[in-house]
Amino acid sequence: MIDPVTLAVIQAQLQQVCDEMDLAFSRAAFSPVIAEADDRSDGIYDAVDGALIAQGARGLPVFVGTMQFSTRTLIARIAAGETAPPEPGDIYIVNDPYLGGTHLMDVRFAMPVWREGRIFCWLSNTGHWPDTGGMVPGGFSASAIAVEQEGLRLPPVKLYKRGAMDRELWQVICSNIRVADQRIGDVRAQAAALLVGEDRLATLLDRWGEATVTAAIAEMRALAARQMRAMIAAMPEGSWRSRAIVDSDGVVNAPLTIALEVSRRGEQLVFDFTGSSPPCAGPMNSVRATTLSSVYLAVRHVFPDVPLSAGAFEPLAVRGIEGSFLDARYPRPVSGCAAEVSQRIAEAVFAALVQPLPALVAAAPAGTSGNFALGGHDPETGRDYVMYQISGGGYGGNADHDGLSNGCSTIGISKAPPVEIMEQRFPVLYRRYALHEGSGGAGMHRGGFGVDYEVELLRGVARASFVMDHGRVGPQGVLGGQDGGVNRVEILRGGEVVVPEHLSKAQDIPLSPGDRVRVRTPGGGGYGEPARRDPAAVAEDVRLGRYDARDAQRRFGGR
Amino acid sequence: MGGLVAGVDVGGTFTDLCICDPATGAVRLAKVPTSMPNQADGVLAAFAAAGAALAEVGLVVHGTTTTTNAVLERRLARTGLITTAGFRDVLELGRRTRPRPYGMTGRFVPVIPRDLRLEVDERMDARGRVLVPLDADAVRAAVGRLVAAGCESLVIHFLHAYANPAHELAAAAIAAELWQTPWITMGHALLSESREYERGVTAAVNAAVRPVLERYVGRLADELAARGYARELLVMNGNGGMVSARAVGREAVKTVMSGPASGVTAAVVTGRAAGMENLITFDMGGTSTDVALIRGGLAPVSNEIEIDYAMPIHVPMVDVRTVGAGGGSIARVDAAGLLRVGPDSAGADPGPVCYGRGGTRATLSDANLVLGRLPPDRFGIAAGDARAAIAAQIAAPLGLAVEAAAEAVVRLANTHMAGAMRMVSVSLGADPRDFALFAFGGAGPLHASALARELAIPRVLIPARPGLTNALGCVVADLRHDFLRTVGRPLDDADMAEVHAILAAQEAEGRALIAAETVAIEAVRAEFWADMQFLGQTHLLRVPLPHPRPARAELQAAFEAAYLARFRVSLPEIRAGLVNLACSVIATRPPVDLTRLIDPAGRRPTLAGALTGRRPVWFGGWQETPVYRRERLPEGVRLAGPAVIEQMDCTILIEPGDRLADDARGNLIVEVGR
Repeated sequence: MIDPVTLAVIQAQLQQVCDEMDLAFSRAAFSPVIAEADDRSDGIYDAVDGALIAQGARGLPVFVGTMQFSTRTLIARIAAGETAPPEPGDIYIVNDPYLGGTHLMDVRFAMPVWREGRIFCWLSNTGHWPDTGGMVPGGFSASAIAVEQEGLRLPPVKLYKRGAMDRELWQVICSNIRVADQRIGDVRAQAAALLVGEDRLATLLDRWGEATVTAAIAEMRALAARQMRAMIAAMPEGSWRSRAIVDSDGVVNAPLTIALEVSRRGEQLVFDFTGSSPPCAGPMNSVRATTLSSVYLAVRHVFPDVPLSAGAFEPLAVRGIEGSFLDARYPRPVSGCAAEVSQRIAEAVFAALVQPLPALVAAAPAGTSGNFALGGHDPETGRDYVMYQISGGGYGGNADHDGLSNGCSTIGISKAPPVEIMEQRFPVLYRRYALHEGSGGAGMHRGGFGVDYEVELLRGVARASFVMDHGRVGPQGVLGGQDGGVNRVEILRGGEVVVPEHLSKAQDIPLSPGDRVRVRTPGGGGYGEPARRDPAAVAEDVRLGRYDARDAQRRFGGR
Repeated sequence: MGGLVAGVDVGGTFTDLCICDPATGAVRLAKVPTSMPNQADGVLAAFAAAGAALAEVGLVVHGTTTTTNAVLERRLARTGLITTAGFRDVLELGRRTRPRPYGMTGRFVPVIPRDLRLEVDERMDARGRVLVPLDADAVRAAVGRLVAAGCESLVIHFLHAYANPAHELAAAAIAAELWQTPWITMGHALLSESREYERGVTAAVNAAVRPVLERYVGRLADELAARGYARELLVMNGNGGMVSARAVGREAVKTVMSGPASGVTAAVVTGRAAGMENLITFDMGGTSTDVALIRGGLAPVSNEIEIDYAMPIHVPMVDVRTVGAGGGSIARVDAAGLLRVGPDSAGADPGPVCYGRGGTRATLSDANLVLGRLPPDRFGIAAGDARAAIAAQIAAPLGLAVEAAAEAVVRLANTHMAGAMRMVSVSLGADPRDFALFAFGGAGPLHASALARELAIPRVLIPARPGLTNALGCVVADLRHDFLRTVGRPLDDADMAEVHAILAAQEAEGRALIAAETVAIEAVRAEFWADMQFLGQTHLLRVPLPHPRPARAELQAAFEAAYLARFRVSLPEIRAGLVNLACSVIATRPPVDLTRLIDPAGRRPTLAGALTGRRPVWFGGWQETPVYRRERLPEGVRLAGPAVIEQMDCTILIEPGDRLADDARGNLIVEVGR
């Protein structure tokens, strides 16, 4: 039995190893997706079962559980002889969604940490590459019907062998992805982060000894499980149902349903998704690792104090996803799983847990990454480009206050790019970047507001694609609160307003100079009965033009 | 007219004063409670407490938290914004963030409310070409509305004004005709760099704190003058330099880091004098702990300080990072039975249990007291309450003895602080082992040696007056002006003649500003930098330039060397980009004699003469430990831990295995035992 002080100190130090890996990765990375948007994560995993030991605090939340699945799969494949066994200095690369992943763009590296010829643990990290090939730049095709269309799929293979990069494999990868010349910077940063972790971990192991650290890791896992169980035990007994709707899969214009029943059984929470829609034709499928990770991240949003450790997930059981679009198998397309479906899953979890935990859980946040991609040719620079505008939206109201406006996605932590930087880099002009008025769902504490932006193409030709959600129904209000405003996409072309058939998803809509795209992102759901809102707060919102007066009257009632 | 130099720092709890006589080296000190809401009363009280006649004082340099508090508490002047049509909500929408990675909640209050943010037609493109001309009538109408709404300060912030400020200048001219406010801030004037949110917030904060700062400084200057002070009041800026009170308002936003800047300035000067040019500053107080990295005897400066959630201030200011709470950090055992310390804090009010002001939750200070590391007699009856709190809240649930529980709290707090300090070092590309730890603030010297051990830092430098360091920083501060201009081009395409012209112009402007100040100057120097990146990257690396006329190949080589040193990666495949050119012009003042911060008359000839008693202190077990009075320590003192050294403004802990020596300037240097 390890003493509580050593335990707490080792836990903090393991956490710092991961934080340092996060930092090393972001600071040296090229891709703005990693360097600026922190779309990456680093962690330490068990040598035997790949279970999560510690993870960087600034890692993207959607990766909270995924790397333990990919590491577990890698360990199993090595044991089964399907993947070559590691030697010191080897680093594996893998992005296969069906082997414990997300979408193809999330590329994982994994490296064993050796102590006296044995593997002590694994280090792994994920970085979102700007491109991994496939039918559209960036990988977010709204109309793919098979994973082969989405990009290059790598099983776990060694990118580094005995400390040196495998140049032949690298050339194969480079021949299959776009803007390959800049990826070398990201790959070196991703590998360097693991080496930083290895170095720091060695110091820690030298100091405490392997036996002590091993005991501490086991104890941490048990403690995290105990802490989560204590949280669960404090909830009332019962089961709570909820639903979340995905607008469409991008190919077939029909909604997909996530059906959920959460039950507290003693010190366990069971998340039963029975009744959810079957696998879909388009890319709005989720894979098992992403679905589980989405449940974990939603629970952590509710209990942010619980450590990031496999133990914290032990009391959470996920059932009923087999045969649904939440557990898609090869070759279902999956590009929407990490950015969109994951957030709908989290929304369902919030909507269920707010019933027993009204003080801790907020109404639904905007919950879409709002991916708008514009690809074209700029005659002024003579070059092709792909521009991404990822947007935020309103957060749900909560027991204490109104929702935040323009928060980042449930699964992300990144900042939006400035309009000025977008206009420097791409042939576009923003006509507006404003509050999406009226979008906050009415409630005792209203939802936050989304964004209302309009972009004009200045020159050359371009094609616009959208992978968004919440176009059909807004983020859910709770406890009598109303839903937030829906996501709206409009293309203003030659004096006409075009709305995509799938509302929030469309691919390759041609644009000419002067054409504009207007996007209004969702507001958050309202919390509690609108009539219970402080009249002064309603008046203030009207005075500030967040709602117009008649609209406010209708939503909040007159008194 | 007198020649005394006075530094006065107003902090959240105390107002500190340090007066030096350059002729004799004599020093007078005072520490009085900070007065609210008018900080000037506390400043005058400090002068009274020090027994100083203002007529004898030739220079007063002032560090203030007026603007910091105004922003954090949003007690701001009523301010209006005129901005580009379609973009008035930029200041409210921010950069699409949330306060913490987990937890879907949070609040944000924009600096300027929505009804005071007005739009006018005008538009530049990213290269500064006019797309829509400025609608002058709309500007007039907007000014009229803002005046009618009771605004007293104005921001004009247009998209791409960094590329072409013509519309901002024209709108400001129109506003100045109609409105007799002295307070008009143009976005491009403070920060000529792209990123509309950061530039806009910087300008908005400047506008909103400027009236507050100018009123306060004006009132203080009047009060000082009425009591005989005949010279100009100077104010400590966030960049570690000082500016005259009459000029401080124009860039009022730079004073939001005034306090931390003084501390770092004092550390630089003290370290240089002690022959230690690489320092990690460790300023631990009751409510927060701040860390900065000093390399080569230079204060670290950053253009990207965020003083609150979504409150970026992008002007050059000392890069001081808050790494956690201080003595008030709350300790608890969580639902799973794991010990936690922080991030919650009991703050200054009610504070730790041992303060006896109604605090009931066990804190780090309470743990220090239980272990005998703080003087029990100073806390009286509350010392027993502190012990009871540790016993009930920590020891009982963990099944430990009270001392073991308190030790665990201190150890975990040290682990967190050490980890955070390591992260700060690493994020700046430094290895803490190459530094000495400069410990100050009321609680810094209590934890410094343990932290140094944790970080493998070999040496701790404890200045003569740890609790008055910020006031001392005001006494020794330089004059300083910083400039930055965006170039934004691949290095291969940069016009090197233009590069040289920009740097030369920056230096000339800085020298002119310094020439206009009335303070005595010893020397003026200029430092030059380039912010660079590999094309395709978003992060910038600041590369020092040895002179203002670098050749292209020289820039390339300097960048590659800096990049390799920082990231251990070399990328010969990729071209370099030149993003910004920056220059700082720094005027040093005649040196101030700091050898008498501890009065030589009070020193005793032997160590035994400084001994005030012994008490048991816990180092894994009770050890009878000598307690010394700092002011009485003999010159040339040498001693081995364990020992406690107490002084007016703090308690210093020398742990077993550590060795302590002093230097000729009254600093204590601890060689940390392994």
